[in-house]
Amino acid sequence: MTMPFYVAPEQVMKDRADYARKGIARGRALVAVRYADGIALVAENPSNTLRKISEIYDRIAFAGVGKYNEFDQLRVAGVRAADLKGYQYSRDDVDARSLANNYAQILGQIFTHEMKPMEVEILVAEVGIAPEGDQLFHILYDGTVVDERNYTVLGGDSEALGGYMKEHYVEGQPLEAAVREAATALAGSERTLAANDLEVALLCRAAGRRCFRRLSDEAVASALAG
Amino acid sequence: MSMPMFQPGADPGSSFPELLKRVGLAPANSDAVGDLAVPHATTCVALRFTDGVVMAGDRRATSGNLISHRGMEKVVQADEFSGVAIAGAAGPAMEMVKLFQLQLEHYEKVEGSSLSLEGKANQLSMMVRGNLPAAMQGLVVVPIFAGYDVRRGNGRLFAYDVTGGRYEEHDYVATGSGMLHAGTVIKIGWRDSLDRAAAVALACRGLWEAADADSATGGPDALRGIYPMVATITASGWVTVPDSELATVFESIAAEVRSR
Repeated sequence: MTMPFYVAPEQVMKDRADYARKGIARGRALVAVRYADGIALVAENPSNTLRKISEIYDRIAFAGVGKYNEFDQLRVAGVRAADLKGYQYSRDDVDARSLANNYAQILGQIFTHEMKPMEVEILVAEVGIAPEGDQLFHILYDGTVVDERNYTVLGGDSEALGGYMKEHYVEGQPLEAAVREAATALAGSERTLAANDLEVALLCRAAGRRCFRRLSDEAVASALAG
Repeated sequence: MSMPMFQPGADPGSSFPELLKRVGLAPANSDAVGDLAVPHATTCVALRFTDGVVMAGDRRATSGNLISHRGMEKVVQADEFSGVAIAGAAGPAMEMVKLFQLQLEHYEKVEGSSLSLEGKANQLSMMVRGNLPAAMQGLVVVPIFAGYDVRRGNGRLFAYDVTGGRYEEHDYVATGSGMLHAGTVIKIGWRDSLDRAAAVALACRGLWEAADADSATGGPDALRGIYPMVATITASGWVTVPDSELATVFESIAAEVRSR
């Protein structure tokens, strides 16, 4: 009879975390930032068809970085959970916090019990009726939930990007400024990003029932031009 | 509520009704209704004009010989470019419309693009078909589906029967107890060159005549300020015609009838 090798739990967790972090770091980053009339989500994404940012519900958006098939699976699960809850109770009862908790449960479960953790970081953003109600929940590969206030950075070199955002974030800024700021943060100091390298979507506070909008390349270009 | 995740083989895809079945929330088909006097909704019409389609429906719901509701909205927006008008048992019809709206939005979010107008019409056809057992018990639902086909660039109309049969109509369509009267008026007045104002006026005229001859169809109620629900769907989407405009339209119809 062969005995399985003993590996310390600390080592197992560390290996899994390293594996997930490496996978996420290979992808490109994403920035979400509040502006006067809502929340702007800006991702570096040269693809025009495979989306990183999408709509979950009336006032809720989803964004993911890392392995596409994994965060897309989470996105669809979120749409289903939200639509079911809205059908069963009321549209007003669907909120980002409970979705974020659900995601955290799933990611935490997979991180501790499966062979391979999910190589994703996701964001659940909800635009409030008033600016005070805006919510950004950043969820990590191991199920850690971080509740952010004004901006959040997913994937890539999040420390440097976060530092830039912290320095340049202005409360109540117009949309164009917010998109420019996010694009500059994503580009870093050595390059610039054009409109077709970016995927930009908004949660507009006063857009009626469904607040989610995608910005066309032309609109992004004009925002970048200032 | 937990988040629904499925194995690849058991995944419901972008179908919301299928998802409801998987999680055990699908509405059960009741099989013992018999002759219940449940509220019924009545006359609705839709017609094509140069820029798209007009949909209109009266606001009355009846239970037997009684008026059970005066302000029911039977013409409902399904999504940005389409709408449903319902005639038949109000409860199942409203549930069907709610599920239909959800399905269109659910599909759009899961797939990342909207269903084609034809796809939406077929989806509704399946829902009407699914209601057949209830229809056999007297809870008949017969909708009209109309919308602007953004791929073809024109307005399109679809009529249904109880079994889910789907019939595309070219010019106009009417459903409900006053369909004969309303349909005849629109049939006579319809021209290929109708503009928006003329199409709205013609739809209102159809409802007027239906209300005049059919007790289950409500006319304009100036006393309570309740007017039929009228909406247009064009390349720029769904727009509800405001009551102020309908008041003028019905006043001119009344003046014309008085002057005969």
